Amino acid sequence: MSFYLAIIGTKDNAVYDLEFGTYRQGGDGKPKFSADMKQLCPFIVHSSLDIVEEMQWNTNVMHLKVIDKFYNYLISSYMTAGNIKFLLLHETRADDVIRQFFVDLYDLYVKTLMSPFYSVDQPITSAVFDQRVKMLAKKYL
Amino acid sequence: MARTPRQVGEEVWKTRVEKVNAELVTLTYGSVVAQLCKDFGNDYIQVNEQLDKMGYNIGIRLIEDFLARTNTSRCRTFKDTAEIISKVGFKIFLNITPTVGNWSQDNKQFSLIFDENPLADFVELPDDGKAVNELWYSNILCGVLRGALEMVQTQVEAQFINDVLRGHETTEMRVTLIRILEDEMPVGDD
Repeated sequence: MSFYLAIIGTKDNAVYDLEFGTYRQGGDGKPKFSADMKQLCPFIVHSSLDIVEEMQWNTNVMHLKVIDKFYNYLISSYMTAGNIKFLLLHETRADDVIRQFFVDLYDLYVKTLMSPFYSVDQPITSAVFDQRVKMLAKKYL
Repeated sequence: MARTPRQVGEEVWKTRVEKVNAELVTLTYGSVVAQLCKDFGNDYIQVNEQLDKMGYNIGIRLIEDFLARTNTSRCRTFKDTAEIISKVGFKIFLNITPTVGNWSQDNKQFSLIFDENPLADFVELPDDGKAVNELWYSNILCGVLRGALEMVQTQVEAQFINDVLRGHETTEMRVTLIRILEDEMPVGDD
């Protein structure tokens, strides 16, 4: 079971992305997208951006759950207070777990924002952030 | 009743200090450093110097506040100075107590080892390869010490030698006594 996580900034710019596989049921954490899917992941995720922006006005919570489908892949989304979009491409429904993952990811994102040298919409290149996101993925997904 | 510096520090902190939100201080200091870096075009050596100058200006005024709040008597040795700085000074202004260590043979140099630094919470130095080798993020503290001690007739040099933001194990500031200043007559005053 593989996942593709993308963090999109306020100007629809890419801030961070990560491919990973599930650690549950003996998974080793490596994504198993086919070569075609690998190339398509960013496209699929970005094409659901319009839907995110539409859906955000329908609810007053941050977790937008599943907003789009692509063949057998689902896209879940979480919108932060600062209009940053977290998008996750996944195969099976797991609303609660994904919500917890997004909430912890938001916590990590806020900590990154606290650094004076990081401005909003800047791509996140820190290895520490990367490592922590992977740990979160291991914990929840 | 002579009390240890640690007790003086705790007591003054509890009773005579107005508290301000720590995150406000962290974020304000952070934006000062970030803006300096932008203004000097990432010339981190210059930024270090500017932080030191700013600290110096703070220190020469801060010492009055410190003496007014704590009523400490004159220190007899440089060792006393170090203890007062770490247990009282840092305690009442930043609520931290760095450890004093690594005294040199002639007792004219010591290190302040910070196991927490509220100015640098959540900070990550920029990834451009230069910052992590050139910028001392908390350099304002060196200026503050230099300025404050100069007002009490003690000329010192203070600089950071280790910083966790740079990947070292600890954050450590080396303070060196240059000389005790004697009051001098102004030039041409006869």
